[in-house]
Formats: sequence, C-alpha cells, structure tokens
Amino acid sequence: MKYKETVKVVSQTCLADGVYSMWLSTENIAGEAAAGQFISLYCQDGSRILPRPISICETDREKKAIRIVYRVVGKGTEEFSKYTEGQEIPVMGPLGNGFFKKNKSALLVAGGIGIPPMVQLAKELKQEYGCKITIVAGYRDCKMFLKDDLSKYGDLYVATEDGSFGTKGNVIDVIEENRLSADVIYSCGPTPMLRAVKAFGEKHNIETQISLEEKMACGIGACLACVCKSRETDDHSHVHNKRICADGPVFYAGEVEI
Amino acid sequence: MNTKVNLAGVEFKNPVMEASGTFGSGMEYSEFVDLNKLGAVVTKGVANVPWQGNPTPRIAEVYGGMLNAIGLQNPGIDVFVDRDIPFLKQFDTKIIVNVCGKTTEDYVEVVERLSNEPVDMLEINISCPNVKEGGIAFGQDPKAVEAITREVKRYAKQPVIMKLSPNVTDITVMAKAAEAGGADVLSLINTITGMKIDVERQTFAIANKTGGLSGPVVKPIAVRMVYQAANAVNIPIIGMGGICNGEDAIEFILAGASAVSVGTANFMNPRATEEVVKGIEDYMIRHNIDDINSLVGIVK
Ligand SMILES: Cc1cc2nc3c(=O)[nH]c(=O)nc-3n(C[C@H](O)[C@H](O)[C@H](O)COP(=O)(O)OP(=O)(O)OC[C@H]3O[C@@H](n4cnc5c(N)ncnc54)[C@H](O)[C@@H]3O)c2cc1C
Ligand SMILES: Cc1cc2nc3c(=O)[nH]c(=O)nc-3n(C[C@H](O)[C@H](O)[C@H](O)COP(=O)(O)O)c2cc1C
Ligand code: FES
Repeated sequence: MKYKETVKVVSQTCLADGVYSMWLSTENIAGEAAAGQFISLYCQDGSRILPRPISICETDREKKAIRIVYRVVGKGTEEFSKYTEGQEIPVMGPLGNGFFKKNKSALLVAGGIGIPPMVQLAKELKQEYGCKITIVAGYRDCKMFLKDDLSKYGDLYVATEDGSFGTKGNVIDVIEENRLSADVIYSCGPTPMLRAVKAFGEKHNIETQISLEEKMACGIGACLACVCKSRETDDHSHVHNKRICADGPVFYAGEVEI
Repeated sequence: MNTKVNLAGVEFKNPVMEASGTFGSGMEYSEFVDLNKLGAVVTKGVANVPWQGNPTPRIAEVYGGMLNAIGLQNPGIDVFVDRDIPFLKQFDTKIIVNVCGKTTEDYVEVVERLSNEPVDMLEINISCPNVKEGGIAFGQDPKAVEAITREVKRYAKQPVIMKLSPNVTDITVMAKAAEAGGADVLSLINTITGMKIDVERQTFAIANKTGGLSGPVVKPIAVRMVYQAANAVNIPIIGMGGICNGEDAIEFILAGASAVSVGTANFMNPRATEEVVKGIEDYMIRHNIDDINSLVGIVK
C-alpha cells in the first residue's frame, strides 16, 4: 500500500560536504517500507512541481520514522537541506519494489549517493537471516558518509577515487584487490558503476541485483516517464520498457539494458 | 446544487476528468483517488498496435511546469480492451478513450474496435507534439483536421471529442475545422512544444530534444485559447492546461469550458482530481451558484 502523507522532520544533520541526513516521523510509511524502496518528496516552492525520489536509508518501525540521506545537487535538494526540526513535508511512499532479499551470503556494492539504501538492506539481511555480509562503498574522496552505519552490519571495504582512504580506484578495484565474493550481489550507484558490477556478476556467475534511477513524474507507474529497456516484455505496455518507479527500482541485472 | 454536465448527450456527474496520459487508465491512481468521484476517466492514448515510445530521459522539470516526450508508449488496443476497460467498468464514472495513430487508417481501426465496447466517448488526439508521424501532423492543418474528424465520425459509435493542439497560429481556425468535420466536443489544450538545454552538461534535457510543456505555467495560454475557441464554435469544450484546484477549473469554465481536465497536477498531488471536484463545490457554495452550467462562458 502506498500513502500520501505529511511527514515531520525529527532531525537533520550534515554528514559530509553537501550530504545530509534527515529522520522523518511518518504515519504509515515506516510501518511498510522495505529496503530499496523510496519516497517522493514534494517541494514547498511551487515553481518546482515534480516530487523528488529519495531512497529510504533506514527505517525505525518502533518510532514510526524513516531516514533519508541525500546529496544537494539542485534546487529541490537545496530546499530540503534548509529544513529544520518540525518542518512538515508532503511525501508519497513507500514506492517501488525494494531488493529481493535472499538467505545467502551477500555482497553489497554501492557508490556515492547510491550508498544510503544499503544501510537498511544490511540491517534487514543481518536481522532476518544472519547471513555473511560484505559491503563495498565507493566515494569520490575522503568526505565519506554512513561508514559507521554500514560497518555495524558487515565487513566494510572502501574505495576512494582519489585514494585518500581505502583502495584508490572504484568498487571493482576493491572487490578484485580483496578477492571478495558472495552468492548474491546487491548494488546501487551511478550507471557506469552498475554496468561494471553487472559485468562482474556475469563473469563470475553471481546473481546480481541493481537499483536504477531515472527522471520521474508520477512515481507510481502511470505516466511512463521512467522506463528502462528490459529483456522481458513489461506488464504495462507489453513492449520492453519496464517502469523504474513501479517495476523497479531494483532489477536483476540480466533483466535490464543499462 | 447541480454539478452534472451533459456533453453530446452523455451525462457526467461533475465536470472534472483527468487529462490523458497523466493518469494511465486510473489503476495506479485508484490507490489515492476514489474514481467514483470523477466525472470521467480519460485514458492514456491507445493505438492499433503497441508503441515503444521515445528514449529516456522523457521528462524535464521547468519553472512552474514540465516538458514531456513520452512518445505515446501504449500497449495497443487488444490489451487495452481486455484489461483496462474491465478495470474501469468497476467504477461509477464515464470512460473516455484517448485514441492516437500514425495514419487515418490507424485511428479508424481503433475507433472501430471500440464500437462495441462499453466506452462513453472517444477523444481523438491529433495534437501530440512528440511523435513524428500522426499526432500533430493532423492537428496543424485545418483541412487535415476536418478530414480526419470526418473519417473518424464515419466509423465512431460514440460521440467524438477532437483534441486540439495549441501549436497553431489561430486556434479558432482549427476549432471551426473540427466542428465542420462533425466533432461533437473539442478538448484543449494539448501540450505546447518546448525545449530545455542542460547548461552544465551542454545537452538537451530530454532525449527527444523537444517536449510538450504542461503544468501551471501554461494556464494563461490555455485559458485564452479555450475562450477563443468557445466563442468560435457551437459545440462544448473540455478545457485543460495547468489546472490544480477549484479556482483554476472555474477560470476555464468562465472562459467557456463545459468541463475540465486535470493533468500535470496529478504529479504534484496524487489526489488533485478529487480536490478539484471539492474546490468547485466550495466555490459554488461560496458564490451561491445552483448550477455549474450557469457559469459556462459568462465572462465575455
Ligand atoms: C529511485 C531513486 C532513488 C534515489 N535515491 C536518492 C538518495 O537516496 N539520495 C540522493 O541524494 N539522491 C537520490 N536520488 C536522486 C534524486 O532523486 C535527485 O538527486 C533529486 O531529484 C535532485 O533534485 P534537485 O531538485 O536537487 O535537482 P534538479 O536537477 O534541480 O532537479 C530537476 C528535476 O530532475 C530530477 N532529477 C535530478 N536528478 C535526478 C536523478 N539523479 N534521478 C532522478 N531524478 C532526478 C528531479 O527530481 C527534478 O524533477 C534517487 C533517485 C531515484 C530515481
Ligand atoms: C506525461 C504526459 C503525458 C501525456 N500524454 C498524452 C496522451 O497520451 N494523449 C493526449 O491527448 N495528451 C497527452 N498529454 C497532454 C495532457 O492530456 C494535457 O492536454 C496537457 O498536459 C495540458 O494539461 P495539464 O497542464 O493539466 O497537464 C500528456 C501530458 C503529459 C504531461
Ligand atoms: S514516474 Fe511515472 S511511470 Fe515512473
């Protein structure tokens, strides 16, 4: 079930240059959210008419709260970064499908602002299955975020593009350097990274799930803005255009062309 | 208080519908909106065969509006008839099917396929700016508008709404052409062709380069065109373009629209359609209006 509700900012902190973390108290969303799902946040400024899709980073069912972690990249996220405790935000969620959690050893591979959904995923995998969890996080530089949140749930390996921390290079470099492997790969991040992760999974014959991004309008599968090329025909139009907001954002890597 | 309106013999419980392409066939939005509360559901454009649509990115936000070039992706009439019509029949609302095509034969094929279906009206989209053939190719030439209207009317069992393009010099010429071809109702406006360039990446914001502008930013243009069209023809008009609330809807009605459609506003608020219905009722109470029809076109 999806909800349109007004959530309230519980707290907002800056995690690193331009990256913010916000806990939001919700009525219904926290109770139903699954790892890998997202919410759409509506801006207060009427000139920005489309809601912004942001992944759910963490869920606290007891406090009925969800956490989002986002990077300021434009006017909408800049507006969010100014919100303080008590600010009300109209949102819709939880949206999308979420990761397909398996009781198997897991390799979580995330880059940049694709890292946030991995926190809840690692938490759920650990709590629900207690399976072996290895996490690879790629950052641009030493301005890292969510490192401690992730290392609570698994063995964390870090790559930085400039080599200022961990392995110099990208997530695949860390994986190869440390000969990391698992039964299932869960991944979220920029498209070039997802392409490399997909190729890695194919090469080593590992089930790989990737979370995709596209510009969205409705966020619920009605407008057909956010499609990606899929191997199988899609449920909506019976062509090969799966809707990232409704059929995704998580897909088996072999299912989509990226 | 009467909110019922009658368009070409079809009675709607209120003048509010949603605009084609922004609401699918209502399935997704039915989680947020009680479809029974709407005058009608207008479906996404449907063609004789499935269409892939355009490459992504298909949309871009602009100040107070958006550009889209979805490219009329749709499952084709067979899936539509089997899946979407039975879904919509569960609700106490009218069904308007929006029809698109690349050739006159395509349109006629869909219209004929729908002739025995429980559909209340057909809306013929001759104004989509985002596909090369068909769509707008028909909508910018008055002779073509009249000809395709006449062809469609020849095969249609339901009343026909011709959906006009705002991408013309004189909307009254197109409105009169559709009326001459036998249109029962007109709807306008479709989106206005626009462009956005991402200055940081130095590329077009949407893959199709151009896209259709919609949302609050287009409302003054839409109101002007509805006003002009309403004063040029004697058939009813469904007005749309940027409607977000009851007052916006009333503005179109005062300009001459007998009914209204809510499009982009659904993206701004999934309950927008229901709120427009409520907003119109509130306005009528506030202004002591007994019958919504008494407001149509009274601002001259
Ligand atoms: C499923 C999903 C999950 C996401 N999760 C996160 C997250 O957890 N943290 C985070 O920082 N970002 C996330 N993003 C990206 C986030 O949606 C954009 O950064 C944000 O919309 C930018 O808004 P803006 O107004 O600041 O930027 P602008 O560039 O001013 O936005 C203009 C328009 O483009 C859209 N847009 C811009 N960039 C993107 C993008 N990358 N993806 C989709 N739409 C975009 C905006 O929504 C808006 O409609 C996610 C995107 C998707 C699709
Ligand atoms: C994403 C999107 C898809 C659309 N698809 C269609 C369509 O399939 N057929 C059609 O006749 N109009 C289509 N339109 C145009 C709308 O029905 C409407 O005429 C236009 O957007 C103006 O109204 P608005 O400002 O309220 O959105 C589409 C508009 C949008 C934004
Ligand atoms: S955003 Fe409308 S279908 Fe995905």
